[in-house]
Amino acid sequence: MRLKTGGQIDRSTALRFQFDGRDYCGHPGDTLASALMANGVRLMGRSFKYHRPRGVLSAGSEEPNALVMLRSGGRCEPNSRATVAELFDGLQARSQNAWPGLKFDALAINDRLSNFLTAGFYYKTFMWPAAFWEKLYEPMIRRAAGLGAITTAPDPDAYDKGFLHCDLLVIGAGPAGLMAALTAARAGARVILADEDFRMGGRLNAESYGIDDIAGADWAAQAVAELASLPNIRLMSRTTVIGAFDHGIYGAVERVADHLPTPPEGKPRQILWRIYSKRAILCAGALERPIAFANNDRPGILSAGALRAYANRWAVSPAESVAVFTNNDDGHRTAADLVARGVKLAALIDTRADAPHCPGVELLAGAQVTDTSGRLGLRAITVRLANGQARKLKVGALGVSGGWNPNLALTCHQRARPLWDDAIAAFVPGPDLPSGMAVAGAATGAFSTHAALAGGAGMAMQALADLGMTGTAPDLPRAEDTPTRITPFWHVAGNKRAWLDLQNDVTVKDVKLAHQEGFRAVEHLKRYTTLGMATDQGKTSNMGGLAVMAELTGQSIAQTGTTIFRPPYTPVALGTLAGRFTGREFRPTRLTPSHHWAVEQGAEFVEVGQWLRAQYFPRAGETHWRESVDREVLATRGSVGVCDVTTLGKIDVQGRDGAAFLNRIYCNGFAKLAVGRVRYGVMLREDGIAFDDGTAARLAEDHFVVTTTTANAVPVYRHMEFARQCLWPDMDVQLISTTEAWAQYAIAGPNSRKLLQKIVDAEFDISNDAFPFMACAEITVCKGCPARLFRISFSGELAYELAVPARYGDALIRRIMAEGAEFDITPYGTEALGVMRIEKGHAAGSELNGQTTALNLGLGRMVSTRKDSIGAVLSRREGLNMPDAPHLVGLRPLNPQSRIPAGAHLLEIGAQMVAANDQGYLSSACYSPCLQSYIALGFVKDGQKRLGHKLRALSPLTGEDVEVEIVSPHFIDPQGERLRA
Amino acid sequence: MIIDHPLLGPCDAQEFTYKGDACLIDRPEGLGDGAEAAFHDYAYLRDNPAGLHRELWFHEQGDRSWLVVTRNTLTHEIVGVELARDVARSRGRGR
Amino acid sequence: MHDLAPLTPLGAPAPHCDDIGPLRIAETPDRALASVSARLGQEAACKTALGALIGADAPDIARYTGGTPLNSFWIGPHSWMLEAPYAGHSDLAARAKARLGDCASVTDQSDAWARFDLTGEGIARVMERLCNLDLAAMAAGTARRSVVAHIGCHVIGHDSAHATLYGPRSSAQSLHQALIMAAKSVF
Repeated sequence: MRLKTGGQIDRSTALRFQFDGRDYCGHPGDTLASALMANGVRLMGRSFKYHRPRGVLSAGSEEPNALVMLRSGGRCEPNSRATVAELFDGLQARSQNAWPGLKFDALAINDRLSNFLTAGFYYKTFMWPAAFWEKLYEPMIRRAAGLGAITTAPDPDAYDKGFLHCDLLVIGAGPAGLMAALTAARAGARVILADEDFRMGGRLNAESYGIDDIAGADWAAQAVAELASLPNIRLMSRTTVIGAFDHGIYGAVERVADHLPTPPEGKPRQILWRIYSKRAILCAGALERPIAFANNDRPGILSAGALRAYANRWAVSPAESVAVFTNNDDGHRTAADLVARGVKLAALIDTRADAPHCPGVELLAGAQVTDTSGRLGLRAITVRLANGQARKLKVGALGVSGGWNPNLALTCHQRARPLWDDAIAAFVPGPDLPSGMAVAGAATGAFSTHAALAGGAGMAMQALADLGMTGTAPDLPRAEDTPTRITPFWHVAGNKRAWLDLQNDVTVKDVKLAHQEGFRAVEHLKRYTTLGMATDQGKTSNMGGLAVMAELTGQSIAQTGTTIFRPPYTPVALGTLAGRFTGREFRPTRLTPSHHWAVEQGAEFVEVGQWLRAQYFPRAGETHWRESVDREVLATRGSVGVCDVTTLGKIDVQGRDGAAFLNRIYCNGFAKLAVGRVRYGVMLREDGIAFDDGTAARLAEDHFVVTTTTANAVPVYRHMEFARQCLWPDMDVQLISTTEAWAQYAIAGPNSRKLLQKIVDAEFDISNDAFPFMACAEITVCKGCPARLFRISFSGELAYELAVPARYGDALIRRIMAEGAEFDITPYGTEALGVMRIEKGHAAGSELNGQTTALNLGLGRMVSTRKDSIGAVLSRREGLNMPDAPHLVGLRPLNPQSRIPAGAHLLEIGAQMVAANDQGYLSSACYSPCLQSYIALGFVKDGQKRLGHKLRALSPLTGEDVEVEIVSPHFIDPQGERLRA
Repeated sequence: MIIDHPLLGPCDAQEFTYKGDACLIDRPEGLGDGAEAAFHDYAYLRDNPAGLHRELWFHEQGDRSWLVVTRNTLTHEIVGVELARDVARSRGRGR
Repeated sequence: MHDLAPLTPLGAPAPHCDDIGPLRIAETPDRALASVSARLGQEAACKTALGALIGADAPDIARYTGGTPLNSFWIGPHSWMLEAPYAGHSDLAARAKARLGDCASVTDQSDAWARFDLTGEGIARVMERLCNLDLAAMAAGTARRSVVAHIGCHVIGHDSAHATLYGPRSSAQSLHQALIMAAKSVF
């Protein structure tokens, strides 16, 4: 019900919303929980295991109970806490974990079976027979258990990520946080103040006491207004700091549009910030913990502080008649506030016999709540009075206070352990905080408003001093400075179920069972009972569980310890973690210089790393990719073809020691490579395995251009910089990538020279004599455009690679096509490129696969023994040079039309398919239109000596089983006459 | 993590690529006697200290410097950052 | 003069320009670039010679220096990028090499990078959604290489109302999309 006056809500504006299909009304400033409460709704969900009716427990993000499905369709978000869901017009929410409905839930039968469903039930019951687990038990349990259901519709909203920098990050905008931010911001520090609430002020918004002569909430508003006027502070409400990471880095989720029906066009729903801070002050306040007693989970039973917050901030009460159950003086404050707000208080039940009087309230000192009743919501409580008599009180709500826990989760994200403080019967932050972090206010266990203001100011002054800045200690406003008085009391003795963890349905009995069965360490207790798991991570329940375990073991709570707090502080949507770059934008796309032209040609594209490369160029009438690829291969080998090879890595190597440097990088010799010549080279890893292959062209005595495979461009550059800086720092060699700078085309086929002679400017002689195989030169094309020409061949044909500055790449491909028309030039893609290199027996990524050596690749003799190069020594070790070492060979099916699956393993014909009989494997396979046969490359034990031998190629994966013959890997032109033509 | 680059100041570790133990700087001579045994140790034997560890990081998304970072593997505290090139020279590496 | 027509990194004959809120994001293809790295033992000579070339002190670590008409920014230890209007300097690398001689290795980088200029209000607010550099606090004339939307870029802060990004040419489209998206997200 809504109280007649007060509250930080705008009663002049009505917001319509729906819960479980029913229409309700609330006001700006409401949360879903406060608005439902205002409409008399206490029942908001069903529990995880027993499907017990549940309502709100808290007024914040620690909420274990009031979890709802928020919004609908692709925007539906399960397990949303009604207590922090800001109300907006048109909000839709549904209860979860209840079928067919919240008021009658079929699985509430679990509640009757609770004697069987105790801790460890699943582990014990569903063990045998083992085969039942996957098919029967697990699906059944998954249906029955759990909280909300995710939607399978795509999320239509966007999520951003970003980076923020500050001198000081203040986490939490209660009295401590506001005072810290004011102190630091006034001194000119760059401050970020983050608070998870939509209204800054923290508990000041929920309390009735004032600061100086004004209401606490008004003081908070004034402080926020002053901060907002300063240019050096960023105020971030609706922002939860979710983790404290290394070296002052914090993660934060800003909910920029969660309070709107839909985010504005182009705007994100949430932003995941990475905050770089020099100093941070944690002002996260404290969380109230409950007391366990029989049937303490009914809708209408709340934390006392929450009951007070609902009355003060939102002007609502869950019922007309309420009671408070406490073990500390703060419960008295709740009682007094409720009375002041006009709520009928049946009694204040205090476990302490010496509880102080509370004016205008009936105090039952030394009393305990022993049971409650009310099927779908609290109707009455039973109190055992100090004299042992039972008394029944008819109340619709009960506020429970077991004391307050400093909210220290973030202090532990770097594995610090909190310390026990007897004075407040709670854990407080330990000394081993994340670097740069300080803690102020209630989060330290100093619970008064004065202590919060003083702590915030003091820690900010310390932070300023650490930063080398001068601040002025503020005059602290007058505020209450009530001492904390508490007598620890964790649970009321009894035989009925008393809930510790409402979210996971863990009761005192379950902890007793865990103890009995030996799961006594806190981490074991957590896993055995699920205490403290799921969306709330036990923010309100852990302490109770620890206390009961401590009682059972006879240890102190300090000795029992806590489980480790880990990020995130509150649940984070996966979409937020994914951010903006999803789907096709998951990683950047790199386009080749001929991309737009290739699109015009109707090319099919393939992703090669980040690159998009033309895979093949289908022509009208071609219905299968093989038709296109076969045509491209035959046309290239028959006349001339052109392919964009820009994606190959290019590294400019300069310096007096360039040649000596490459001599150490490549296993084969480069010192004597002549200017104007290109050489094929293989790089090894230091362990002797092949790393990458490519060419190096010597453009001048002190200038080389190294090419790498497309995939290894970045690792090879990194490797060469490592060699340059760490291994041979006094070599005169300079490296820079030029992959992007040049558009490079392979022009291959018997007519390639004739075509090039039409493009290369006349003063450059590219005849076979003047420009033989493996020549290179800096030339001009098309009447003066600077270019580089390399006579190298991947296809095995007479071939060249021609490079021009990337801006002219588009014009050049069009020119090549136009000038090549008389030769019926054919553009070819990566598929034809692959077919031709397999036909020629050239190794590629499938062969340089991280397991093969130069010897395996048939390049063993390239590894020079006369020099020291990376990987040479270990390439010679015995294990890599056994007589049966695999060799790269060609393989042809006995029936040319039998497809050979790449990845197939090779066995002797008739041999059993077991690993011991393995003779090798196929690395690349294709259909060769030139040979009109399927062909493959592969590695076969001692393969070079076994040419002509027949084996089975077997793929258990595809079921294919093909007889093949070992042949030379050079299917085409084994003598290399074509490429030298 | 933040790596305090000797030239550029504090940089997010996300800009770096990790390689491993800084002992990789001490590459053995490849032509000498006993090279194979020395390279075996160089390529495969590593200490795995619980505490200070000197390791190589490459500022790939920055100035392309290789750095030797001394990091406490238990706490991630970084107590020293040097240019690997300087470290290599100080350890007697040249041409 | 040859007759091949250039395309901008975004793949059109003319550069692209977008105004989003108070921010202009403009493709700027008319700059020539050449990298300059000192030869071993020539570090001081190279820095001096580079200074002579741009008519100002060669930039220190992480700095950009505007000269006339040549500019330069630091890209690594003893390494700089030289920048000039493309018109009249399409052979920037060759000319620089001629002036710097044996004290430097020079590499043509004109076509390796796509340049975008951000001008107007709110540059820092847009960049904080894309890049971990602290543009709001960056001194005028700072040049840093960093990651912008998962793409390695040189970021130059000229002043609070003007920043330059150089991203890899092949990723121009992805970088441009990310800039537009971030700007629309902010404004």
